[in-house]
Amino acid sequence: MADHLDDYVNAAARAMELPLEDAWRPAVRANLEVALRLAKLVDDFALPDDAASAAIYSA
Amino acid sequence: MSETSASMSAAEIAQAVASRKITALAATEAALARIAACDKVLNAFTDVTADRARAKARAIDAEIAAGKSVGPLAGVPFAVKNLFDVQGLSTRAGSKINRELPASPRDATLIERMEAAGAVLVGALNMGEYAYDFTGENAHDGPSRNPHDPARMAGGSSGGSGSAVGGALVPIALGSDTNGSIRVPSSFCGIFGLKPTYGRLSRARSFPFVASLDHLGPFARSVTDLALAYDVMQGPDTDDPACVARPVEPTMPLLAEGIGGLRVAIAGGYFQQNLLPEAVEAVARVAKALGATRTVELPEAARARAAAFIITTTEGAALHLDRLRTRPNDFDPAVRDRLFAGAMVSAVHVDKAQKFRRWYRARALELFQSVDVILAPATPCTAPKIGQANFTLDGVELPVRPNIGIHTQPISFIGLPVVAVPVPLEPMPIGVQIIAAPWREDIALRVAYALEQMGVANAPAPRGI
Repeated sequence: MADHLDDYVNAAARAMELPLEDAWRPAVRANLEVALRLAKLVDDFALPDDAASAAIYSA
Repeated sequence: MSETSASMSAAEIAQAVASRKITALAATEAALARIAACDKVLNAFTDVTADRARAKARAIDAEIAAGKSVGPLAGVPFAVKNLFDVQGLSTRAGSKINRELPASPRDATLIERMEAAGAVLVGALNMGEYAYDFTGENAHDGPSRNPHDPARMAGGSSGGSGSAVGGALVPIALGSDTNGSIRVPSSFCGIFGLKPTYGRLSRARSFPFVASLDHLGPFARSVTDLALAYDVMQGPDTDDPACVARPVEPTMPLLAEGIGGLRVAIAGGYFQQNLLPEAVEAVARVAKALGATRTVELPEAARARAAAFIITTTEGAALHLDRLRTRPNDFDPAVRDRLFAGAMVSAVHVDKAQKFRRWYRARALELFQSVDVILAPATPCTAPKIGQANFTLDGVELPVRPNIGIHTQPISFIGLPVVAVPVPLEPMPIGVQIIAAPWREDIALRVAYALEQMGVANAPAPRGI
């Protein structure tokens, strides 16, 4: 996972055109690790296929 | 005169101004003098709008002299977090980058409504960069400091708002709360703060952070002042797409109705974990005063906090993407690193988080079928030292910065109204969240008022300046 995440950070920075400097990489990686851990907690919660988003829009 | 009005509440100032016991100009000068004397320590203000304030105060005094009626906040000095547009100032939102923006052509809606009620804007307040903060520290402007111990955090991101009101520089300040940024400074600085229902108060002409979760609201040293400010700021505003078309629902006439008949419960499970003893003590005192013995559980609160985190980091990254690409060295490095990571989180996770949000809201609304008020800690601890990196919660050492708001995030995630009430523990105060069902700010304020009348909650005099 560690190597994969390093690879992902580097690839995502390039794909997103983010000028990631070497000195910042460990902190960015650490923040992403926290975000993905929390994202997994949400992802693991089963919701029905027709669950609606709470994002705000009204036509 | 100056010392007297500097120690008066907003309600007292307005009454004294309207009845000509003091002038609005005298009240304004008193606030400006106290800011000049104390802000060297607190670092709450980034801008003092003295000329504008004096002009507004003179206009109010002229109206009174002409026999015209004035609003319920006549002559009351107030200040705003520097993410509110203030005509003539660049809206810096705690950043280095934004101070290059042109001066704002018009005030934020909430400033206009406060001034229409007679309040006098005296300045803009320090905050964590782009509101992505729980500490009140700022890499560019220095930390806003705690009025009870300047070596401690004011809390963030509305740190200057907490510091200015906690230090009695102004009786009312406005701030924003995305994940806890009104309730955390209220807790650390020992003052009252209201985070209204999502969509209740207009955010027009304020610099955003996370549109899905951003709220604006007031801070004050008494519940009456909090309700006064809240009432004059209510009302629809088509300039904010999230602001609802609800009529003004005044809370001032309801404050003294008492709490008889209200069903009050204590939040259990998640909200009783990760607490230092002072937070446990504060909730216990409030619960005892209210006769609350029942415990209820907001289901999946940990997941709610996680989902709020995901929405925050991704929407924040989207907002700042161009600035991250072109000016990464001009950010606070800690904020930049979080936003870089946010830009790398897949939209798949955001969609899941927004769907979970609707599920969680439904469970919370079910809970409010059987309770009117839920009590929860506002922060896990009293204000940490400025610069403190870690604290130990439930035997686990954790980073301070992201974990200060663990008890506020699951509540703002679904936009519930909350009054943070200060429990004046020694040596430092700490807050408790009074949480109500959507659109029932009146109930949260009534409970806060009752606690204030009982002496269980009050804003202690600043001990550190």
